[in-house]
Amino acid sequence: MSITQALPRAPGGNFDPYRVGRSSGGGGGGRYDATGHGEGGPASKDVIVGYGFWIFILSDIIMFSAFFAAHAVLQTATAGGPSGHDLFRPSSIAIETACLLVSSFTCGLSAVAARVRSQVWTQIWLLATGLLGLAFVLLESRDFAGMVAAGAGPQRSAFLSSFFAVVGLHGLHVSAGLLWLGTMMAQLLAKGFRPNVQRRLLCFNLFWHALDIIWVALFTIVYLIGEGR
Amino acid sequence: MLGRLTLNAIPLDQPIPLIAGAVVILIVLCVVAWVAIKGYVPYLWREWFTSVDHKRIGVMYIVLALLMLLRGFIDAIMMRSQQAFAFRAPGYLPPEHFDQIFSAHGTIMIFFAAMPLMIGLMNFVVPLQLGVRDVAFPTLNSTSLWLTATGALLVNLSLVIGEFARTGWLPYPPLSETTYLPGVGVDYYLWALLISGVGTLMTGINFVTTILKIRAPGMGYMRMTMFCWTALAANLLIVAAFPILTATLGMLTLDRYLGFHFFTNTGGGNMMMFINLIWAWGHPEVYILVLPAFGIFSEIISTFSRKPLFNYRSMVIATLSICLISFCVWLHHFFTMGAGADVNAVFGISTSIIAVATGVKIFNWLFTMYGGRIYFATPMLWSLGFIVTFVVGGMTGVLLAVPPADFQLHNSLFLVAHFHNVIISGVLFAGFAGIVYWFPKAFAFRLDETWGKATFWLMLIGSGVVFIPLYAVGLLGMTRRLQHYDVPAWHPWVIAAGFGIIILAAAAACQVIQIYVSIRRRDELRDITGDPWEGRSLEWATPSPPPAYNFAVLPQVQGEEPYWQIKRRAMETQQLSAEPDYQPIEVPRNSPTGVITAFFATFTGFAMIWHIWWLAVLGIAAAYAVFVWFAWRDVEEYTIPAEEVARIDRAHRHVRERWLAEHPRVSEPV
Amino acid sequence: MSGQTHGSNTDDVAPGFTGAPTESVAHGIGIYLIGVVLAALLTVASFSVVYTHLIWGPAIPVMLGVLAVAQIGVHLVFFLHLTTAPDNTNNVLALAFGVLIVALLIGGSLWIMDNLNQNMLPMYQMMQMQR
Repeated sequence: MSITQALPRAPGGNFDPYRVGRSSGGGGGGRYDATGHGEGGPASKDVIVGYGFWIFILSDIIMFSAFFAAHAVLQTATAGGPSGHDLFRPSSIAIETACLLVSSFTCGLSAVAARVRSQVWTQIWLLATGLLGLAFVLLESRDFAGMVAAGAGPQRSAFLSSFFAVVGLHGLHVSAGLLWLGTMMAQLLAKGFRPNVQRRLLCFNLFWHALDIIWVALFTIVYLIGEGR
Repeated sequence: MLGRLTLNAIPLDQPIPLIAGAVVILIVLCVVAWVAIKGYVPYLWREWFTSVDHKRIGVMYIVLALLMLLRGFIDAIMMRSQQAFAFRAPGYLPPEHFDQIFSAHGTIMIFFAAMPLMIGLMNFVVPLQLGVRDVAFPTLNSTSLWLTATGALLVNLSLVIGEFARTGWLPYPPLSETTYLPGVGVDYYLWALLISGVGTLMTGINFVTTILKIRAPGMGYMRMTMFCWTALAANLLIVAAFPILTATLGMLTLDRYLGFHFFTNTGGGNMMMFINLIWAWGHPEVYILVLPAFGIFSEIISTFSRKPLFNYRSMVIATLSICLISFCVWLHHFFTMGAGADVNAVFGISTSIIAVATGVKIFNWLFTMYGGRIYFATPMLWSLGFIVTFVVGGMTGVLLAVPPADFQLHNSLFLVAHFHNVIISGVLFAGFAGIVYWFPKAFAFRLDETWGKATFWLMLIGSGVVFIPLYAVGLLGMTRRLQHYDVPAWHPWVIAAGFGIIILAAAAACQVIQIYVSIRRRDELRDITGDPWEGRSLEWATPSPPPAYNFAVLPQVQGEEPYWQIKRRAMETQQLSAEPDYQPIEVPRNSPTGVITAFFATFTGFAMIWHIWWLAVLGIAAAYAVFVWFAWRDVEEYTIPAEEVARIDRAHRHVRERWLAEHPRVSEPV
Repeated sequence: MSGQTHGSNTDDVAPGFTGAPTESVAHGIGIYLIGVVLAALLTVASFSVVYTHLIWGPAIPVMLGVLAVAQIGVHLVFFLHLTTAPDNTNNVLALAFGVLIVALLIGGSLWIMDNLNQNMLPMYQMMQMQR
């Protein structure tokens, strides 16, 4: 039952045959009584926090897209240095991809466990997520270190600059996510499943899945399509 | 230990920045001493600096904006006077210093004057107009404010420690690369904008969420005020555009700090990519500034014409189409960079199309006034001045949108005159109009009308006298950013523009006097009704200044222009609506998180500029610790008891009853 | 309001909302399981397209693009729980806005920069001329 139902309709005082003025009833979307996107008043705290974080993720994806654009423009600018075909090691990339995908899955399982408020299982799945993420970061750093040691560091060419920037930015996001994850696990242990902790867990889920989505774009565009060059 | 920072960083050999810096430091010390002696420090800390109340944050944004406006204006005076003197002469500013001044002028005016002005007004007004108690994330809001202040502080610090960028307000490579500018100037620019950009992005997220998810019951999308719509569009643009700025400046930072080759001459870098990316942010930025301004004028013109806004729906459609098309026009900033005719034509046409949406708005404002009972108070004067000046600036913009014409006018003073015309009339006039309009809501007294009108006329005439000569001298071929010149035909126009800046200085003085005089005469100018202009939207339903929770009970919106309806119903029935059932209200507790984070961010930024790596790491670690500390707190809100809510609301109802007694049943024309 | 249907309190959900606490755990795990299997299959397909010769060379980037879009779709539906239901309108609209901006930015940059490269000397030739 919505609040607005009890109210009388607004007096249609204005003559507005072409509906150019403001609407005197409803408007915007099919369900006028919905909270948030209708006329049902403010949305719940959960929805507000989740939606705000969703907007943040979209802005983050737009930031990545600028780096992707730079990579797309600069990927042929090897300045006589090595190209992607010379540098990428498919086995390593495949293992990294697997780590991230499985960590996305375990992250989802932690959300299911958090929904039924199982402290033990939530912690176990979060820990699994963190370990897989850590494995990803370590593998990626090893790849980076190998490239730098082989004289193919970001200073070598514009192509390598854009490569290190876009892949490194993703790696930085994963590392920041790990820091957040560790903090969240401690907080969950200390504070239990109070509403704001649950909201943060939800946000962490969004963040981690979004990183996996960006990785899909990364391994496709940077590694696999780049491999053909 | 201190990286690149040595005593040589203080420009002891340059008298102008040294004296300017000394004067600023002296003034700041005097203000701090006065505040400390008067014992205001605890009050300021508790009630303002740590406040998470959107109204106070809004006011602080506007104070920051006005201070930075003054700073940027001093730069403008120096530039105009230098050019007036520098005909076949060196003038009084050496080239390195002149270059820093025009760079600082642009940077400060756009990022630290115009943006905070608009964001401040949005902060103050939007939740009130939506009929709700706060924005979505109050503590984040405070953090946004203080990170913006950090950016402003870093830019101003460059005056006395080191130097500022000598690149113009957008640091185009390869000039901005370390090969050509190894000093700290560009680094000041980069870190100031990277840090304040985070703050702006968080504001965008906050307001998109607030407007889409937190509105009073019954406040459907098509019942929101025009200002809320334009704020939504502007914040969507912030969310979409500022990440591009952060990414682009991040790439330049990597080039400068780690030897990457994004935009360098060597290593396959492509400097055109910087220009492409920065304008993919830069053009939406124009509309981030001007869309809220359109909203402010819509509110004011409707209120002072005593009429609803004409053709509201087309206004919404125009706003949203500007929001989308503004992402399809960015190449018009670099028509001359070498793209082919087809690319230039596409972007030229899309630029002209965006003017159609703006034209729709202009006609809607004119028709709103048509047949209305117009009351020429200061905010209305600003709005009328805006329409005239903005049409001139807009038409020259359409001229520049034609690629062949742009090839002649690119980087000339004609361009400079164009964008000052639109930004001054759009953003500054809107800012002043909004400040005068909503000032009584924030402080319960009006600003002095006489000095306000004096400010308006001097500003209108002054900006004409400065920029109309610049159009002319631009057509004569004078390019922007000239430290000196020797073309006799330009000289009289430049002198004329120099006189204009004197008129603008008088306008600035009048604005300061207006605020001073109004504070002195506040008892005469007092407004206790909470509705000094016969307003139409919900912010006028609250007492002035509104209590921390804004509305004792959330208003039930039943149609367009909710407060106008409430007043009409009260006048028809000759009684206020029944007294509501007061409940205790939970309000977010004040938090120093924002201030402390910004404190550490300032150190991090400063350390990065001067390559003091240990301090940068320390600053980041400390900022993270602040966040953990904030996340661990157990009590997020405090409760205002129902009796207190009832007391405040009853006092306001008492005032409104007296107002009702003075307004017997009159049939207001709609 | 005048004969319209009325929703309960869940007429508006956040993205990533995993369902009410009353929903069964098996169901929740099931959704993630379907997602991870589909995503794994698509990933394997992507890698095998490149490292085997099953597909005609010039078609490989197109195929990779299709597979990537499909996998991103799988992630959005099974991991982020986006739906087309009315309670998700805001979430999907925000996503659409983001995708539009990403497309404009990347597409526009590639178009503009490619056009510049065609109209102007490549950067290294310009550098050589300046020497």
